[in-house]
Amino acid sequence: MTKKPNEMTIVEAARALRARELTVRELRDACAAAAHAKNPELNAFLELFPADERAIEAAQIRIDTEKESAPLLCGIPLAIKDNILIEGKTASAASKMLENYKATYDATVVKKLKDAGALFLGRTNMDEFAMGSSTEHSAFGATKNPHDTLRVPGGSSGGSAAAVAAHLCIAALGSDTGGSIRQPAAYTGLVGLKPTYGAVSRSGLIALGSSLDQIGPLAKTVEDARIIYETIHGIDSLDSTTIPDGLYEVREIPKHLRIGVPRHLLKEGVDADVLDAFNTTLGKLITAGHTLVDVDLPTSSHALAAYYVIQPAEVSTNLARLDGMRYGHAVRGNTLLDDYVDSRTEGFGEETRRRVLLGTFVLSSGYIDAYYRKADAARAVLRREYDEAFKVADVIAFPTTPSPAFKFGEKSDPLSMYLGDIFTITANLTGMPALSIPMGTVERNGKKLPVGIHFTAPHQAENILFTIGQATEGL
Amino acid sequence: MTTKEEVQKLAALARIHLHGSELEKFAGEFDAILAYIGQLEKLELPKERHAKPALRNVMRTDGEPHATGEFTGKLVAQFPASENNALSVKQIITHD
Repeated sequence: MTKKPNEMTIVEAARALRARELTVRELRDACAAAAHAKNPELNAFLELFPADERAIEAAQIRIDTEKESAPLLCGIPLAIKDNILIEGKTASAASKMLENYKATYDATVVKKLKDAGALFLGRTNMDEFAMGSSTEHSAFGATKNPHDTLRVPGGSSGGSAAAVAAHLCIAALGSDTGGSIRQPAAYTGLVGLKPTYGAVSRSGLIALGSSLDQIGPLAKTVEDARIIYETIHGIDSLDSTTIPDGLYEVREIPKHLRIGVPRHLLKEGVDADVLDAFNTTLGKLITAGHTLVDVDLPTSSHALAAYYVIQPAEVSTNLARLDGMRYGHAVRGNTLLDDYVDSRTEGFGEETRRRVLLGTFVLSSGYIDAYYRKADAARAVLRREYDEAFKVADVIAFPTTPSPAFKFGEKSDPLSMYLGDIFTITANLTGMPALSIPMGTVERNGKKLPVGIHFTAPHQAENILFTIGQATEGL
Repeated sequence: MTTKEEVQKLAALARIHLHGSELEKFAGEFDAILAYIGQLEKLELPKERHAKPALRNVMRTDGEPHATGEFTGKLVAQFPASENNALSVKQIITHD
């Protein structure tokens, strides 16, 4: 039996379009129909866009005329996280604060996808301003995990993950500040890539933690993730933190990879069946000829604490621009100060307020040395430890998350939610690229829930990630 | 121990208003979060300073400006209130 168009990967859909087994219109409509049918249950999309007739026609003409040389993304319907700007469309970052905000320009990644002929199906739900690990912090209701609707899809890119996993689109863009692409990918059985810091332009991404944020793909296969990454990456004059290709040492990709495993981090806190799945996957990679090496990353155990100092500090700074003046939610009181305070109080949800206050605290006089500067120094040490480890290993592996997707409301105290990010945040602190790939399922309450294996590579070594990713996929 | 007054002060600095029950809730949560991130205080780090990265100019060179007013209409459309393409705000200096 052949796959339905909306269930295809980018590679499969691109082939079918070129073979004239499928038109761009049919592919787009199949995704839109699935999205309209399932979104009321899943709440993956905050908005499904009306069909863009001109873009559909242009993509079809391009495939018909350019055939094999047309970009692989031409005519492919994608979903875009609600914090990435598409000109003329609402970009709310799932916040009441920006509910009425219409993007005045295209994000660089959106421009690049449009140039490749990709179609945008809609904007996806997320934790407000991308703060959270479950999408429960969205101002517009939580997204549900397609594998078990009693459970979260992860976050903050939970809407993008649920949309791809439920085949409501072919692939999606997310953003990752502490694991927000990789954790939802693991919870929904997808491939998620956080590129090297600076590999992908952040122009047109609503800023959360500016030294941590990266845009990346959520896809059904490693090859699909690679196709999107190669389309969106590159230096950009609109983002001075983007880096040219070859800034870091170009690494050969050996046939057999050395996989570094920091066993000291896995001694406690990881569910037994998740650890079993991890060890089984590593065992198969060894059988396939790859080798395991022990690596020591001692400062990792402090990484989460450093992250929850640096990230709120950057959040409180970045969100200071949202004051009800030039755009967004605007309340008018008696004084100008009332205008600011009332707009922000009504506009921001609880988790946003919590992190803005935390950030204000760690940056305040008297605490900045003890918290912020210490965290920044720990970050530099952590990066050196990873650089050292990459002298003996090509990639570093651990489970993406300590547990599979949790139930709604299960992590109601903020600290327990933060602790789930323990494995993903180091890649954001060091700026290194990281990939989550499915490593089977574990069972909870009679439901099979996907879990992911996480690989980190040196800066700009995305190709090593794609290689180990495809090796893992093929097991 | 974080007090309600301390949380109130942070909220004032952050231009956010918190209600009574929220103050209490945040004060309790901050204790747990600060206890966790407080482990950084005990973390021993090597004394030597991290080498500064090589500096490079990340600024665009001046030139080729866009046409005056090219984006004005789109930006003004987002203003909560405007007059002649200018943002309307409260008068903060008076002659009284």
